[in-house]
Amino acid sequence: MTLGPSVGLMALATRTERRTEPQPSMTRIFWRSTVGKKTVMALSGLIMLGYLVAHVMGNLKIFFGPGEFNAYGHWLRTMGAPVLHHSWALWIVRVGLLAAVIGHAVSAYQLSRRDIKARPTAYVHKRPRASYATRTMRWGGIILALFIVWHILDLTTGTVHVGGFEEGRPYQNVVDTFSTWYGNVIYIVAMLAVGLHVRHGFWSAAQTLGAGNARRDRALKAMANGLALVLTAGFVSVPVAVMTGVVS
Amino acid sequence: MKLNLRVWRQQNTDAEGAMATYEVDGISPDMSFLEMLDTLNEDLILRGEEPVAFDHDCREGICGACSLVINGDAHGPERTTTCQLHMRSFRDGDTIDVEPWRASAFPVVKDLVVDRSAFDRIIQAGGYISAPTGSAPEAHATPVPKPDADSAFEHAECIGCGACVAACPNGSAMLFTSAKVNHLNVLPQGAPERETRVLDMVAAMDDEGFGGCTLTGECATACPKGIPLPSIAAMNREWLRATRKARR
Repeated sequence: MTLGPSVGLMALATRTERRTEPQPSMTRIFWRSTVGKKTVMALSGLIMLGYLVAHVMGNLKIFFGPGEFNAYGHWLRTMGAPVLHHSWALWIVRVGLLAAVIGHAVSAYQLSRRDIKARPTAYVHKRPRASYATRTMRWGGIILALFIVWHILDLTTGTVHVGGFEEGRPYQNVVDTFSTWYGNVIYIVAMLAVGLHVRHGFWSAAQTLGAGNARRDRALKAMANGLALVLTAGFVSVPVAVMTGVVS
Repeated sequence: MKLNLRVWRQQNTDAEGAMATYEVDGISPDMSFLEMLDTLNEDLILRGEEPVAFDHDCREGICGACSLVINGDAHGPERTTTCQLHMRSFRDGDTIDVEPWRASAFPVVKDLVVDRSAFDRIIQAGGYISAPTGSAPEAHATPVPKPDADSAFEHAECIGCGACVAACPNGSAMLFTSAKVNHLNVLPQGAPERETRVLDMVAAMDDEGFGGCTLTGECATACPKGIPLPSIAAMNREWLRATRKARR
């Protein structure tokens, strides 16, 4: 008995199609995906958050007087010595942070554009949606980016500093900045923005990285609120101390 | 009950739409929201006007055909589908706004009807298992731990109505896609395609023009089937695992 052509076709038809076209690389898949971009945002955000925790601890040394605060500032330049040359460790941290800021901002910009395009028509019937922290992530992020520029020009390079910027004398520089009304306003507004941004950002990053589940979410939310509160209170305590004369 | 309705009317996808105001009388509090719209349409037909187009099918809350954003909420004020929403949730003399799902991936077909075939294409990308068909397998051949079975069942409850997309400020389909991915990925039957499923379904979701997830939680609040927000974290976890493990 000879097999007809239909039998041959049947045998072929039961074999499922295989992918023959070349697949894009995993890096490409990662960066093209909304989930991949969110992962970049989460990781870079956590790097910056870790930096903020170290930063606020350093800031609080101001309450122990100019000696300790200025010595801490000096140590930041000598850390890693004698393995690393003077200021190298600091520059490594700066480059790492710059990479995190760029990764965070580029992903945020691309994702936001996509999100706005995905919902072009607003509902006629308006109602408040999501929490305040959640709704202010984009504007809060822009405010923080502008603040970082001002902050560096003020207390790192001294470009916009008033009252005679002196390198190696951070205590006096901080007191100078918080002796102006706008220095206080800019700083306190930005620190409130930090709190709101961290409040939603930390929790959101945990979800993006897959750490969330029904049992852990309460703890993650509490951690996000705790971090936001501690950071904001810690940072704001410095200008408040200068204004009230506790630090002078 | 007598009600004032403001309903979105749009001739077709390309036409400009607008809210139109109608009065409906003789509404019983025991009517479903769709029966109330049926009453309106009967009036419109008698008056020689074109009835309002809206999607509906089983009217039992299990098919996912009905939609409607009622007073700014997907499926209205109760946590159920529009067909299971009863007029006792409203008061005599209320003004009710009725709008279609809003997302660029869900274009309006007519009035309150949107094209949700983007969801079908996400399912086609990976919402299946490659089990040989034929007689039913022996039920005890593949043991499934009870928590996994419960999790799969919880996610399988998704009826694909699209309320998550409609409620999301970014028009994101993450909750839908995560329900479909997790449903199969937690089961041994879904294991052979565990990596390709999540990668392909997320890629299909992005290709359809849905927005990214910003963890606002609006989707899980709107979901008539109670798909929980941690589903999204679970899918992110699967996606990140797949990018490390997938052999393509």
